[in-house]
Amino acid sequence: MFQARIHGRGGQGVVSAAEMLSVAAFIEGRHSQAFPSFGSERMGAPVMAFCRIDDKEIRLREPVMKPDALIIQDPTLLHQVNLFQGLVERGCVVVNSSRDLADLGLGDFRRENPQVNVVTVPATELALQHVGRPLPNAALLGGFSALSGLIKLESIEAAIRKKFPAKVAEANISAARAAAESVKESGAVPC
Amino acid sequence: MLKQTEGSQAVAEAIALCRPEVICAYPITPQTHIVEKLGQMVKGGELEHCEFVNVESEFAALSVAIGACATGARAYTATASQGLLFMAEAVYNASGLGLPIVMTIGNRAIGAPINIWNDQQDSMSMRDAGWIQLYAETNQEAVDLHIQAFKLAEELSVPVMVCMDEFILTHAVERVDVPDQTDVDVFLPPFSPRQILDPQQPVTIGAMVGPEAFTEVRYLAHYRQMQALWMIPELAEEFEEQFGRASGGLIHPYRTEGARTLVVALGSVNGTIKDVVDELRDEELAIGSVSICSFRPFPMKALKLALQDCRRVVVIEKSLAVGIGGIVSTDVRMALAGLDIPVYTVVAGLGGRAITRASLREVFDKATKNALQRLTFLDLKHDVIHREIERLESTRLSGPIAENILRELGVVADHIG
Repeated sequence: MFQARIHGRGGQGVVSAAEMLSVAAFIEGRHSQAFPSFGSERMGAPVMAFCRIDDKEIRLREPVMKPDALIIQDPTLLHQVNLFQGLVERGCVVVNSSRDLADLGLGDFRRENPQVNVVTVPATELALQHVGRPLPNAALLGGFSALSGLIKLESIEAAIRKKFPAKVAEANISAARAAAESVKESGAVPC
Repeated sequence: MLKQTEGSQAVAEAIALCRPEVICAYPITPQTHIVEKLGQMVKGGELEHCEFVNVESEFAALSVAIGACATGARAYTATASQGLLFMAEAVYNASGLGLPIVMTIGNRAIGAPINIWNDQQDSMSMRDAGWIQLYAETNQEAVDLHIQAFKLAEELSVPVMVCMDEFILTHAVERVDVPDQTDVDVFLPPFSPRQILDPQQPVTIGAMVGPEAFTEVRYLAHYRQMQALWMIPELAEEFEEQFGRASGGLIHPYRTEGARTLVVALGSVNGTIKDVVDELRDEELAIGSVSICSFRPFPMKALKLALQDCRRVVVIEKSLAVGIGGIVSTDVRMALAGLDIPVYTVVAGLGGRAITRASLREVFDKATKNALQRLTFLDLKHDVIHREIERLESTRLSGPIAENILRELGVVADHIG
């Protein structure tokens, strides 16, 4: 079973991201389960959502404690929330930022966890460019698809089409494609 | 049609397939997604011959359902938590009058302290109100149970609550097979009421009943629930024939063959329990589980049959009867009366605390070593409790307990699980 945890802030589409990822997995004929971790959410407050993917029925209902992947929609959470809690040794991490890891204060993390595959993707910038709004979720799923190799980009695109009206969907798909491209260009080795 | 969808959306679609004629609801988390979707379907013409009534409270919501149902309309509502408490008087009226309303409960804790998260205290508070209570293990079962619920309710003229865990099910996006309208129409015939308020043929429903007849009316309420004990499995069978999958029934035994330890629970936690059972079976531990789908009527015989050969029973329950302990486990003990099988109560998941595999393993491990206490609170923070008890004992004006404990814990923004 593959388990992903998505961290972000209220209003950034964290819950929608988990849902779209699960729909993409469903489109590929797999079982998947997406659910949010609820709190008294409001715009800007830390939020997380989970997604599990498997080839058989998923019965487990606990939160994702040991994620195989992390998608971090807001880098300002890096030093506020214990984002890496439980991350598996060979996990993969996609961080939304136009800065590099050292700049984000993740140099030590990189050295201490050499097996973890971390990339940054300028998802907010890509969203602004393609969608016109700073909503990085779809772009990050594109980046996640390229880094993890778990879900095809076409499936992510189909899930985005199911979630949004045609025009908004196409804009988000462009952002997702650009993000996937940026991960490939960064030379990151898929997890 | 197989789709990846949110539990609430799937349930709304299932309700629409049952062709309700009156829907009334007052919004409360987590039921909002269900009734919002139904509202849209009515307004958009997708759900025909149905009136969506906006009301001013939960009390009004169920009262409208009562009125509608008494005129022969198929009526539906949904609520949770304090909403269910606010409609309590009407809850008893619906069953007392024998009106087959179907209501979804998005199981949620009851305050104070204010809490918006999942447990099953709300529906448990109404367990003796005369409604049939069915608990869904998955979103697929929630969909299927609603379709069965209308048929069961109408056959017996008894209202049915379909209980599904808030957030864990209502807000989870997973694979659900939403049935076709034609299949649902075959399974669920139009509502044929036992009693109708009709100006052309006036009758009274809800007359004053004195000591001369009250016991008899109550007895018949019990009698009809006892009929449900055979009708529920029959409907589940009929459902399987029509839709090709098993859903509902009184109980779901899982890997009970040769089990020395059996775990009993209601609702979505059974999924996690089954995963732990598999892990432990791989380690050669003789353990299994039994999920109770019908809590009212309580399947005394079926449960006894499923449990009677084990050495011990562990009941995982998401509610607490303050002053005695378990609610579900008290009933389970009654089912096992006369047998020498200890029943352990594990109160878990209160107010949304995650029930993890690790914690369940620990509890099952203790139980198999006969080291479990008869009443355990899963993952209780003993240090916090001790400090608060010390404070209570040392200071007269010790202040509000909830706020003291929050202060003790500090901000837990970085907490996962």
